[in-house]
Amino acid sequence: MEKRNFFAVLFFAVVAVFLVYMALMMHSFGNPGDAEMDQYIIDNTQAETGANNGVTAVVFDYRGFDTLGEATVLFTAVAGVVLAFRRLKK
Amino acid sequence: MSGMSKIVKTISSIAFPFVTIYGLYIIAHGHLTPGGGFQGGAIVASGCAMILVAYGSVWAMKKVKEKHLSVIESTGAIVFIGTALLGLTFGAVFFKNFLYDGGMIFGEIPVIGSTIANINTGGVIPIMNFAVGLKVIAGLFAIVLVMTYATSKKGGE
Repeated sequence: MEKRNFFAVLFFAVVAVFLVYMALMMHSFGNPGDAEMDQYIIDNTQAETGANNGVTAVVFDYRGFDTLGEATVLFTAVAGVVLAFRRLKK
Repeated sequence: MSGMSKIVKTISSIAFPFVTIYGLYIIAHGHLTPGGGFQGGAIVASGCAMILVAYGSVWAMKKVKEKHLSVIESTGAIVFIGTALLGLTFGAVFFKNFLYDGGMIFGEIPVIGSTIANINTGGVIPIMNFAVGLKVIAGLFAIVLVMTYATSKKGGE
């Protein structure tokens, strides 16, 4: 038990150090800095994906993994509902 | 729930094809206009739910079973992941848009700037839109169908 508490305190201390470090590294309030991603997508969507709709290009091409996760969520939800409401006796 | 009156059945039967066509249009034009697989699939599933409410879940369960909907949904998921894996095969990256600029189906290069939209563009994006649309149609309608059937007098328990 003592050893477990020691590791817990150590873990907490390491995480706290990284959190404080990241908080100090952040931009100051109201000054978010330069963001280049939006202008890049606006400029290059048609040339890189061939889609005129930039939102669909982001959802299905640039961030395809996000859509894969959404599809997985939908699949899991449907499987759970069908499982919960299945007929027990035919 | 054994269906509503004849007026509701007739009106929903008339409205159902238009709702379905509109949803399929939203899916098919996902890479050109606002919308896409999720939104168009939700529209088509709403039309199916309208028919389900009008005619009753017992009647609907006779027409379509939830295991068939499950097969359709799994087909959509497999097409989606298979297209992504084909991108890994042909383009060396998962989710690579390998059909873009290929000159084949969906492979034309769009004119940069604001022009009349060409539906034969977008590479793998329309294919993924169709896969996700199929998945959302079958998934949402399976949820509504199973829930209404389980809570109806004849179907549950």
